[in-house]
Amino acid sequence: MSDYSWVIWIPVLPLASFLLLGLFNRYFRKEPIAAYIGMLSLGIAWVLSLYTAYQYYFVSGIQNGKYIPYLPFRWEWLQFSDHLSIELGTLIDPVSVMMLVVVTTISFMVQIYSRGYMHGDSGFARFYAYLSLFSFSMLSLVLANNLFQIYIFWELVGVSSFLLIGYYFEKPSAIAASKKAFIVTRFADFFFLTGILLIGYFAGTFDIETLNSMQTLKWIGAHPGPVFMGLSAVTWALILIFIGGAGKSAMFPLHIWLPDAMEGPTPVSALIHAATMVVAGVFLVARLFPLYYFTGDGFTLRIVAVVGAFSALFAAVIALTQEDIKRVLAYSTMSQIGYMMMALGVSGYEGHEGMGYMAGMFHLFTHAMFKALLFLAAGIIIHAVHSNYMKDMGGLKKYLPVTHWMFLFAALAISGIPPFAGFYSKDEILHAAFKYNTIIWFTGFFVAGLTAFYMFRLFFRIFYNGERTYEHPPKENSKFMLFPVVFLGILTISAGWIFTPFSLYVSPTREPFSYEVHYFSPLVLGSVLVALTGIGLAYLMYYKPTDYPSRVARAFGKLYFWAKNKFYVDEFYLFVTKKIIFDKIARPFAWFDRHVVDGMMNAIGNTTLWISEKIKFIQSGRMQEYGMYFIYGVVFLVMVYYFFNF
Amino acid sequence: MDILTLFVIVPALTVGILLFTKNLRQARLTALAGMLIQTAMAFHLLWRYWQERSAGNDAVMLFTKDKLWFPTWGIHYHIGVDGISVLMIMLTSLIVVAGIFVSWKIDDLPKEFFISLIMLATGVFGFFISLDLFTMFVFYEIAVIPMYLLIGIWGSGPREYAAMKLTLMLMGASALLLVAILGIYFHSSPDGHYTFNILEIAKNAAIPPAMQKIFFPLAFIGFGTIGALFPFHTWSPDGHASAPTAVSMLHAGVLMKLGGYGIFRVVMYLMPQGTLFWTDFFLVLAVIGVVYGAYSAIRQTDLKYINAYSSVSHLGLVLFGLLMLNKTAWNGAMLQSLSHGFITALFFALIGMIYGRTHTRDVTRMRGILRIIPFIATAYIIAGMANLGLPGFSGFVAEMNIFVGGFLNNDLFKQTMTVLAASSIVVTAVYILRVVGMMIYGKPKEEYRGIPQAQWYEKTAIYILIFFISAIGMIPSFWIKFIEPGVENFLKPFLH
Amino acid sequence: MIEGISIQLILTFTTLLFFIGLYGFLTRTNLIGMLISLELMLNSEAVNFVAFNQYLYPGKLQGSIFSLFIIALAAAETALALAIILQVFKMTGSTDVKEVKDLKY
Repeated sequence: MSDYSWVIWIPVLPLASFLLLGLFNRYFRKEPIAAYIGMLSLGIAWVLSLYTAYQYYFVSGIQNGKYIPYLPFRWEWLQFSDHLSIELGTLIDPVSVMMLVVVTTISFMVQIYSRGYMHGDSGFARFYAYLSLFSFSMLSLVLANNLFQIYIFWELVGVSSFLLIGYYFEKPSAIAASKKAFIVTRFADFFFLTGILLIGYFAGTFDIETLNSMQTLKWIGAHPGPVFMGLSAVTWALILIFIGGAGKSAMFPLHIWLPDAMEGPTPVSALIHAATMVVAGVFLVARLFPLYYFTGDGFTLRIVAVVGAFSALFAAVIALTQEDIKRVLAYSTMSQIGYMMMALGVSGYEGHEGMGYMAGMFHLFTHAMFKALLFLAAGIIIHAVHSNYMKDMGGLKKYLPVTHWMFLFAALAISGIPPFAGFYSKDEILHAAFKYNTIIWFTGFFVAGLTAFYMFRLFFRIFYNGERTYEHPPKENSKFMLFPVVFLGILTISAGWIFTPFSLYVSPTREPFSYEVHYFSPLVLGSVLVALTGIGLAYLMYYKPTDYPSRVARAFGKLYFWAKNKFYVDEFYLFVTKKIIFDKIARPFAWFDRHVVDGMMNAIGNTTLWISEKIKFIQSGRMQEYGMYFIYGVVFLVMVYYFFNF
Repeated sequence: MDILTLFVIVPALTVGILLFTKNLRQARLTALAGMLIQTAMAFHLLWRYWQERSAGNDAVMLFTKDKLWFPTWGIHYHIGVDGISVLMIMLTSLIVVAGIFVSWKIDDLPKEFFISLIMLATGVFGFFISLDLFTMFVFYEIAVIPMYLLIGIWGSGPREYAAMKLTLMLMGASALLLVAILGIYFHSSPDGHYTFNILEIAKNAAIPPAMQKIFFPLAFIGFGTIGALFPFHTWSPDGHASAPTAVSMLHAGVLMKLGGYGIFRVVMYLMPQGTLFWTDFFLVLAVIGVVYGAYSAIRQTDLKYINAYSSVSHLGLVLFGLLMLNKTAWNGAMLQSLSHGFITALFFALIGMIYGRTHTRDVTRMRGILRIIPFIATAYIIAGMANLGLPGFSGFVAEMNIFVGGFLNNDLFKQTMTVLAASSIVVTAVYILRVVGMMIYGKPKEEYRGIPQAQWYEKTAIYILIFFISAIGMIPSFWIKFIEPGVENFLKPFLH
Repeated sequence: MIEGISIQLILTFTTLLFFIGLYGFLTRTNLIGMLISLELMLNSEAVNFVAFNQYLYPGKLQGSIFSLFIIALAAAETALALAIILQVFKMTGSTDVKEVKDLKY
């Protein structure tokens, strides 16, 4: 049985949980019930996803040496014209199945974790409702078989993210962060929408399978549409779509919402702003990869690669200086997503050429595991010491032993130390980048060192850096919180070598191929070495309280200062929105409306009134005056008659 | 009695009975009963319409009836509906019902209030069923006049000013409209048998193109004024701000739809050459309206002003969709009329409820009402999300139809305009979230202690409106099936 | 027909009478004065009618009958007007036409 008809239940179950918890919120005042409803729905969805993955990758997915797509469910939701329509469907192909596994795994773990983390919060059922809404939207997004379906759920994940960031809605910073996240991504979505419209017009379809088919690609190649600034319309469309993806994936310069989004509860950061939603942009590019690759000689992919590499570097530099542990992780997320984008950008298409694509997807997969782990561990730490700031931490190894080990694994994984998961994916990215362009490779290589350094800076400052006494001794007291951390920890150790070669599962052409990891090639050794250097430096500076950090900071002077202030990108945006859009556009518009447009209408009214005011004396109501006018009239007429003699 | 005339008779009878009611209780029950009957009839009509179409009746208008009532000028009482009018009738009846629920506790002259409200509705219902230009015009005037009383007597703030401005601007517009109607009338037939009958005029297609070019802008501005066409929209913010809640709902929800509907039904249908000639000009005005309304809404602090400008922006999209002259965009324009009707009615209902509790409409002076009145605040967030075009609510499908339709034109100018209009979705998000962040989120103010929760009648109104907002948003194809035949028929003049 | 007096003379007289009445009607602000002026005009017309009848159509009666009508009308009008003026005087204490504007606004 491989008709995959069960797949529809994977998004529908969280939806049901959302509706149940959302509409009947008041009946779920008791914590455990709400939590168990959420966990149950996600748990079943998780099992179904694993089963789907097993079926697809190992049983019935491959035919004639190629993964074939299945479309077990489709519903023509809204028809625009003869060719264009929005379909809701479940497209089963290697990428979507992989994403299903990632999303359900992390969602399920976060649902379990939240049972402990949100314990005692007054909006418990609401929180689970939002989480379920998010899972539903995200799962539907990854299953989309239509560009517009992606857009629909793209908006819905955006709104769930808005609701969850603003979950503590009495906190001004959370309100501001939620607004910022929504508006920045919405701004990017506008480009995405324009891109979709362009694609719809020039390619004549929104259907992803059709868009990626060779036939359409050839047709587009022959009819690229009008040329604007040297690029064809379809290329522009792809650039616009990438901007949409960059907004969601927090690529420079649309990244400003992601660090602020950390105002949300930590499980939310783990789920949405580390593992799933923020990689939607990567997923989007991967989804349309053939289109990107073949349109305009892959021009857009070059942009993707450069933006990815730059974002990776930019975020890593900022991450070095941040004090809030969640913000460090947020910038690290941005940096790692930059890696994934870079991998897609440098990738070729067929056979081993597609290593970059494969590596990007692989990194998405492993990153989801270890970054979620990092956030969940950070949540335990924050829960224990009641602060987000590193200055309030230190010497926590004694109090939080399990968390310590898990955090260490994750930090090693993200630094790319074998045999942890991150090594396998990151190294393939660097490999692919090296083949593509030395500068891009070197950026990635340098960032690897920075990554190792800031992660271990974090690690040492939290868990070592001398002894501290705490008012309330921090402890790991919730099984619900420890279980997901340990589970993800195991995945972090094992996922890398289990799933290597990942190209057996995911590749641009859907044709599985195999490759070897050359542990002792100079490239691999180099990147491991640079990571170890980073770790070593971090050890020197932060293992014990020293004055190295401040000396180094002083040595870098301006650069440090700028990085600490996030290169003033936020201030730039504030300037643009507050000073230009609000004050220079919206205010004059409002003024114009009140005074010019409305003034014109009032002027018409007032003129009428004025004239009437002036001439109303004629109509005095006195017979005598009327008589006079009458006589004057008669006399006038008589005179006219007399003189002109009609 | 035929099924359509009943839509005028029932409200008229309700008004008659209302004359004999003695107090608020009786008045609201009578009004509610009358309008519930009306709603039931609307759904019955929806079903009858469905049956007729399924049975293969593909006439332009169904359930037509024709009676001569002024032979000298050939003025007929000619009525008939297609899917679009059926939906508009449904929208109107639902919003009137919701409006009655919202006005459940009105204490000032309740009888007279409900009489004016239902008079207004009578005019609107009559407008939607008539197929005779003159009758249509009469019903239009019937709908506009009670507005003056409703705002002038039951309004708040500078109500006389607002009422006067609204009435004068709409009257000025109808003067233009009358000129255009007469212009159409005197060219309606090649052989001197002049007629006001829309279908016949269209069949004759006798209006010379030169005349169309003259009368099209008159008629377009005439209907456009009530549809908040830039720069003739300024009556709407003041009018909405001063009007009592139920009137704002009905006004923004239904009355402003007469503009788009009239343009669709009369102006474009009867004057296709004029349309083609003037499209680009009015397209620019419509796009300015869309973007400008959205930007103006950002700076407002009065909730009603925010939503009034938001209406300007969203109704600009209706006109924009109509000017795109293809099926997709027209479907979208009609859906947008419907969707904006429900959404904006919901908004105004909620603003009325919030105002009744906090005694201010200034967003800067409110904070944290989510904690205090969670039901109303949540409904406000839902309305906001629907307004900014979140998928799953009606705004999204309507806007997407309009944008995709706009883009399907093989014309760079129109495509550019579409992108410009689409940029309003970002600005919409800004002003919605601004309100959410300022008023709904945050720590509640001290003085809010003890303000009452949503009452059952308020909840009923909210549930009705949210139900339809999501129903349109979740299964758009169902509603488009009603709209599409009408749109196809009315597009015919443009196809050859 | 009066010997020695031509119709021109009578017409001149009535014309003078009419315009005196008209002048009085337009310039007087006293209601009684206006009424008297009105009477002058009416009477000049009545004289006109009789004169035309006698000089131009001596065998007919229409002119005389019209003047009788005018006299009756004038009597009725005077009675009515005086009644109104009395009421106005009672209410406002004046018979000045400028004072009487309560109905205007």
